[in-house]
Amino acid sequence: MIELQHIKKAFGKTVALDDLSLSVPKGELFAFLGPNGAGKTTTIRILNGLSYLDSGKAFIAGVDILKNPLDAKRLCGMVAQHTNLDGELTVMENLDIHGRLFGMSKKDRLDSSLELLEYVEMADRRQSFVKTLSGGLKRRLMIARALIHKPQLLFLDEPTVGLDASIRRRIWSLIKKINQAGVTIFLTTHYIEEAEFLADRVAFILEGKLRETGVPSDIMARLGYWAVDTFENGDMHTGFFPDREAAGDYIQSLKGGGTLRRVNLEDAFVTLTGKRVK
Amino acid sequence: MSAFFAIYLREMLILKHKFKRQIASMSVSPLLYMLTFGCALASSVNLDGVSYLEFLIPGLVAMASMTQAFAIATDINVARFYFHAFEEFQAAPVSRMSFVLGETLAGLTRALLSIAIVLILGFLFGVRLHLGFYFFAAILLNSFAFASLAVAMAMLVKSHADQGLLSNFIITPMAFLGGTFFPLDSLPTWAQAILNILPLSHASKAIRADALGQPPELIPFVVLAGACIVFFTLAIFSVSKARD
Repeated sequence: MIELQHIKKAFGKTVALDDLSLSVPKGELFAFLGPNGAGKTTTIRILNGLSYLDSGKAFIAGVDILKNPLDAKRLCGMVAQHTNLDGELTVMENLDIHGRLFGMSKKDRLDSSLELLEYVEMADRRQSFVKTLSGGLKRRLMIARALIHKPQLLFLDEPTVGLDASIRRRIWSLIKKINQAGVTIFLTTHYIEEAEFLADRVAFILEGKLRETGVPSDIMARLGYWAVDTFENGDMHTGFFPDREAAGDYIQSLKGGGTLRRVNLEDAFVTLTGKRVK
Repeated sequence: MSAFFAIYLREMLILKHKFKRQIASMSVSPLLYMLTFGCALASSVNLDGVSYLEFLIPGLVAMASMTQAFAIATDINVARFYFHAFEEFQAAPVSRMSFVLGETLAGLTRALLSIAIVLILGFLFGVRLHLGFYFFAAILLNSFAFASLAVAMAMLVKSHADQGLLSNFIITPMAFLGGTFFPLDSLPTWAQAILNILPLSHASKAIRADALGQPPELIPFVVLAGACIVFFTLAIFSVSKARD
């Protein structure tokens, strides 16, 4: 569904993407993981036609985004990191304008809008002005808007950033539901648990370079299954173990004790890159 | 073409939601000009048998068509820098031509609304003008030209503050020097030559000629049509500059 070949992008002297190549098959929920400024949003902006690429090629469902940008855009929906709804319009007006931009008929716009508002549990807010909605409702409306023209591919750029834990969980359920309905999802996040919970496959990006790609459980298994955090001389150290018994034996051997937990993607990211995700 | 209409409709919905405020806002300037310049100077100024108010109102029509058409730039920038809604258009299958045409026609619609207000106020002040074909042709060309320029500027600026600067350096001087408040032929030849470069000078001349029942001149219409083509083309090329 997505094919990136040797993408390069710089803003002045700052390199945002450095020879980035990756591929995302149809139907996959793919998470792009990295700290702020790693190049995640730049990748999404290029794929959506919001930024130019300096060199390389990019295809969406086989469509070259440089040669046929409008055809490529018809296949995609996008939920940006920041709210980009029309605050001065109502919920229904926002959905209707989006449907018109994608050339939908009046009946399809209305049917799809009502169906999606039910889907994101906002049917009772359809006549509300967007500027009166909470952050969580705006985020759900952005997801509904991105789906109205029935895209094959949905880009979610930090979809839960700034939302509280309970709303984040609801958004996760929604994302899973959308993916199970057959929509390929390209998700960027710097929330480790979000990528672990949602993604079929993850990629680590740091300073514009792809560092690792794979299934989360496989990436984590390379380190082991259990981790022990210890504090020595003011620094945190983490040890990785293949089983709980080995980790327990290690803790007992320590003078100051340690904290036992499951290995997570953050451990894999730190081990591979030497940097933390957040 | 549905994309172009979506862009236009969006601007019209925003206008509808703030219609009363917009009408009040559009009325303030022409009302003040008519009260201060028109009434205060009416008894002391007579221009070849034409009262100053009769002279002023076609100028105010030209000025309103320019300022309100150009004001679409502010709406675009609110969408671009505050609501980030411009990204929605960039990510949608909307051609540059559709975007520019939708926004330009929205600017033109705003301009027509403000012109209606000026004419109604003029009527209330007792001024009766001839509103013929050339009057409306000049209005449409002038509004289209400045709405296109507004779209181009809105794409090229990098912040709200830049937009304010452009208005101060382009629109405000033109509003005062474009034949709105005084006849340009009363100025020295060199000043006339400079001010005749401004599209608004030609719009004022064409609109005023028809409003006062005088025969139309060709040159103002050629200049305004040329401005439409140049500014609209500039706007189409400027859309690409709004990407990073």
